[in-house]
Amino acid sequence: MIILEIILVFVMLVGAVAAGVFKDLLNAVIAAGFVSFIAAILFYFLHAPDVAMAEASIGAALTVAIFIIAIKKTKRFEEDEKGN
Amino acid sequence: MRKVISFILIVIIAAGVFFSLEEVPFGATKSRVREYYLDNGIKQTGAANIVTSVVVNYRGFDTLGEVTVLFLASIGLSAVLYRKKEERGKKRRESSLILYTGCRFLFPLILLFGSYIFIHGHLTPGGGFQGGAVVASGFLLTMLGCWGWEGVNRNRFKITESLSGLAFVVIGLLGLLYGGYFLFNYLPKGIPNQLFSAGIIPLVYIAIGFKVGSEIAGIINDMVRSG
Repeated sequence: MIILEIILVFVMLVGAVAAGVFKDLLNAVIAAGFVSFIAAILFYFLHAPDVAMAEASIGAALTVAIFIIAIKKTKRFEEDEKGN
Repeated sequence: MRKVISFILIVIIAAGVFFSLEEVPFGATKSRVREYYLDNGIKQTGAANIVTSVVVNYRGFDTLGEVTVLFLASIGLSAVLYRKKEERGKKRRESSLILYTGCRFLFPLILLFGSYIFIHGHLTPGGGFQGGAVVASGFLLTMLGCWGWEGVNRNRFKITESLSGLAFVVIGLLGLLYGGYFLFNYLPKGIPNQLFSAGIIPLVYIAIGFKVGSEIAGIINDMVRSG
């Protein structure tokens, strides 16, 4: 069980770094939602099912949806620092 | 260059946090309030879920503050995003039959699950905030699938939100009337682990569930309608 938790933490770190690196904002939002999803699984392993429920529904579903709606109404790709 | 400087600053801040928290043993407790809640929680509040008895009964006033923060965020967002009907140019887009039927089938089930979570908040893990978020995700599904990327009239969400917030405050004020302080648990405690137990805790959690659900659904509705 502890090995699974370690693997999940590393996958979560990869997702968090990817959310910062991606230039396509849609991919970045999905990576951030993935981090929330793994966090919900970890909360469940740490015997906090209520926090896991809140994290899964708000972090992995509703926040991602709100960001996607905002991206749909603005621009999808991040511009370079020199570009503006 | 800027990235290097910001990376060094982040490392310094992380080192500061690490060394200041290094002395604190992880998971060990130094306060005795945890033992008090675990020993007396079920006896004093009648709720089998200790987390709920802390959130709604011992720290009920703080929960009212949290709910107020959500209320202000929702009101502020709709004040920023408000747009009159004629200013919205886009036409409604019909969804396909499979999507329409699927989301009409799933919507009541999601509502049922969310209401189960907040009605059983004093017995099982979860409560008003979690149940409300699940209910709001059901509304998100219908906004994407059935209503063709077009929100509904936001006054319905605002009315539900205001009435449930008012219900929370009225339940608390009745406690002031009967027991002498705000949110006093004046109803009979009943037998623990039964649905009708724990006095006012289920009532407060039902009010919070309606309030959080309508607030988050209203936020998504404002976002969908604003463009």
